Amino acid sequence: MAKKTQVRILSSIGYKRLTAEDLLIDVINYIALILLCVITLYPFINTLAYSFNNAIDSVNGGIYLFPREFTLRNYEKILVENPAISTALFISASRAIVGGSLSVFATLCVAYLLSRRNFVFRKVLTPFLIFTMYFSGGLIPSFILIRNLGLINNFLVYILPGLVGAYNVMVMRSYIEGLPESLIEAAKIDGASEYRILFTIIWPLSLPVIATITLFVAVGQWNAWFDTMLYCGSSPKLTTLQYELQKLLTSASAYASNDSDAMMNSGEAVANAVTPTSIRTAMTVIAVTPILFTYPFLQKFFIRGLTLGGVKG
Amino acid sequence: MSVYGNKADIPTTRIIPKKKKDLIKTIIDQRQLIILILPFMALVLVFNYLPIWGWIMAFQHYVPGKGISGSQFVGIANFIEAFTDDNFINSIKNTLLTSILKITTGFLSAITLAVMLNEVRSIAFKRTVQTISYLPYFVSWVVAVNIVYMALSPADGIVNILLTKSGLVKDPVPFMGEPKYFYWVVALSNVWKNVGWNAIIYLAAMTGIDPELYEAASIDGAGRLRRIFAVTLPCITATIKILLVLNIGNLMNAGFEQVYLLSNPSNISASRTIDVYIYTYALRSGRLSYGTAIGIFNSTIAITLIMISNYISKKIDGYGIF
Repeated sequence: MAKKTQVRILSSIGYKRLTAEDLLIDVINYIALILLCVITLYPFINTLAYSFNNAIDSVNGGIYLFPREFTLRNYEKILVENPAISTALFISASRAIVGGSLSVFATLCVAYLLSRRNFVFRKVLTPFLIFTMYFSGGLIPSFILIRNLGLINNFLVYILPGLVGAYNVMVMRSYIEGLPESLIEAAKIDGASEYRILFTIIWPLSLPVIATITLFVAVGQWNAWFDTMLYCGSSPKLTTLQYELQKLLTSASAYASNDSDAMMNSGEAVANAVTPTSIRTAMTVIAVTPILFTYPFLQKFFIRGLTLGGVKG
Repeated sequence: MSVYGNKADIPTTRIIPKKKKDLIKTIIDQRQLIILILPFMALVLVFNYLPIWGWIMAFQHYVPGKGISGSQFVGIANFIEAFTDDNFINSIKNTLLTSILKITTGFLSAITLAVMLNEVRSIAFKRTVQTISYLPYFVSWVVAVNIVYMALSPADGIVNILLTKSGLVKDPVPFMGEPKYFYWVVALSNVWKNVGWNAIIYLAAMTGIDPELYEAASIDGAGRLRRIFAVTLPCITATIKILLVLNIGNLMNAGFEQVYLLSNPSNISASRTIDVYIYTYALRSGRLSYGTAIGIFNSTIAITLIMISNYISKKIDGYGIF
């Protein structure tokens, strides 16, 4: 017995001294995982390199990890000289912040109520909400409804339809259900109102799952483009970054090489020229950056939230 | 059940009136809670349930100016038209092929990655790989498709550069330009985007495996590879089964955003899934009644598949999804 524990390495890996097989598997495993990281990261690094490279020079190709002729021109073009894109950036950020926080608030309220075992409509409202996860009236009826409600070309269309997401409610509900019920009982005996219980007891205790849901909804808002195309495509003041990026993508994929126009220019014009590709790469970088700086810090929370809520459903 | 507290104490003959009275009293007691949830449930009702009213359009020749009440009824003509429409039949085929390929490759890749991560000894290395593998999951499909177009470009895409330099192919492959590659482009870009995320659930299942099982296998002389196949995989089969069953409900859903963004005129015979068809050939060209009819067909099949998967998961597992 004592001998066995002595040679134990790590519970799920092995119990004996490393064999040749162990080493071989290790080597293959590490190489494969590093390869996965390369495949995942390379396109982003490549895009980053293109976005900082002179647009005309980029036409020649051959840019991999670093820009060849460094320039900030592509970003300057987007952020300073192109009001359409800077407006879109502002709308995207507003969606993520306003839509995201309202959605988290709504999710918390609904999840808290559905977690309360004595809530009178719990048995009715839970299936009412879950059903929406699996079933929808369809694209065209929804579109006509939104139009009849006067939400076309209206910022509210980004916020109201998806305010309460059933999946997020279920994840948050399973978390709240895990909190000790005695806390709520004690607060009630002390005469706290329902709102007070929610915001002074449940809220602070649920911060990990609130962080997870905030990430989900804010990223969802930031990434959305289809609703923009469907409902606000004709309003230049309400288009989003993703939508503008998608428009560039469609125009670029329609004809194989669209860089030829830019190549006609010469001299100073060349130094200042941008191409659809260079603009696209710079916009991609802007679209990815906020995500890159949020999700790694919330990793611990969302893994727990997902495995807790996802398995139990 | 527990709403009424000590139910057993109530005499049987008075249950109904007493219950009703209790219900009203509970509602008054819980008015704060009800006021809190009411606006949100109203939104769900409006945006998720009200569109079902629009299904009437499928049985009409809907004209936007006249509305549902003023449009002419045509019976099931729109449904008959759908089933004689070759493009619609093609879209069903594309939807099923795409979703089956996506589900299969998605499962295999996620399980493989989870097993590989489970074999990593260095916690720091494991964390780093995981963090990197989540990145594509969080970026939008617009960004992901941008990346796919760049990587697969016949002119200077990295995939074609690698393929031609290594001598595997002579000329660059037009991945986005030919229908025959399309299903694989969808399936593999889906793997690229979601594999890290999808592995989470399997990894969680693996951390629950009793270490003594590995110990016993080890004593019986099982090598590391053998332990993966004899202990790790059998221990997560319950999770695999449940997730597979849950995915039955996704068979009619090839993922609109991804497929629509990857589609272009030259691959349309493979990229025309039901969702894409409804959007491009019905909504955008104003054939609203026809599109609604196809939508109803799709929703009905989808909900049937979900009922089936729910039934099966109840059989396997004891509890279903609802």
